[in-house]
Amino acid sequence: MTFELVCFYFFGAVAALAALAVISVKNPVVAALNLVLTFFSMACVWLLAQAEFLAVALVLVYVGAVMVLFLFVVMMLDVDFAPVREGFVRFLPVGIVVAVVMLVEMLMMIGVRSLQVPVSADPAALAGMSNMGWLGRTLFRDFLLPFEVAALILTVGLIAAIPLTLRKRSGIKTQNPGRQVMVKREDRIRLVKMDAVKKGEATP
Amino acid sequence: MITLAHFLTLGAVLFCIAVAGIFINRKNVIVLLMCIELMLLAVNTNFVAFSRFLGDPSGQVFVFFILTVAAAEAAIGLAILVVLFRNRATIDVTDIDTLKG
Repeated sequence: MTFELVCFYFFGAVAALAALAVISVKNPVVAALNLVLTFFSMACVWLLAQAEFLAVALVLVYVGAVMVLFLFVVMMLDVDFAPVREGFVRFLPVGIVVAVVMLVEMLMMIGVRSLQVPVSADPAALAGMSNMGWLGRTLFRDFLLPFEVAALILTVGLIAAIPLTLRKRSGIKTQNPGRQVMVKREDRIRLVKMDAVKKGEATP
Repeated sequence: MITLAHFLTLGAVLFCIAVAGIFINRKNVIVLLMCIELMLLAVNTNFVAFSRFLGDPSGQVFVFFILTVAAAEAAIGLAILVVLFRNRATIDVTDIDTLKG
């Protein structure tokens, strides 16, 4: 058993256990944190497959952005999680049965023959460049249009998320800075012309 | 030596855990979204493994695109979740039956 294999089993076991914790813990904040651990372990597994760029991208995009968003939403929404967990025990047997059957089917499909697939030399190193260069060359040569479309998708997602959560509340008192700036002297001050009044003299 | 089957098995295990999570957390939208992220991660692992063992960079490029779409999906999904909670004050999936599906 090589050191590489030991690392693989360790990271794989951590990822699987953390994934089990994600689906079974009561508190969604703890679930989100366990999901972070899963993503981090899987990034380590990807490193073992010499996919360095994607491993770093996974940590940056998921742990750095998506999971922070999850944690933010979970903490911001004041959800009472007790009624949400009601069906947990009821659906537990069904879930386990379906998952185990699916796993057995998938393992049969993966089969023992792929166990014999020999690990070849790192294809990026064979081509004489780093993983990033290897990936970037393909990305910008063969997949340039999909790359641009991906940028468009991110922009659309960004724009869509803003009007979704934007709301106008009625019946609240707020200031309108525009109107505050535009106000004129005549709107606020009214000069009244009146005669001077002497002391002790009755006003008409 | 790590073989292709190691990566594929790990991906299958993660995917099945995520499927079980969808079954047993049928009411909690947040955990459902997390399970979807887990599924995408499992699929991405398969892509990375095949890309490595076939020596084809297209697999890793595909993972790149899946990450992009998943990030956009998470952003919009959570935005919908916030709007839902604001309007209904619940995230219970069984309460959202307006369409009677």
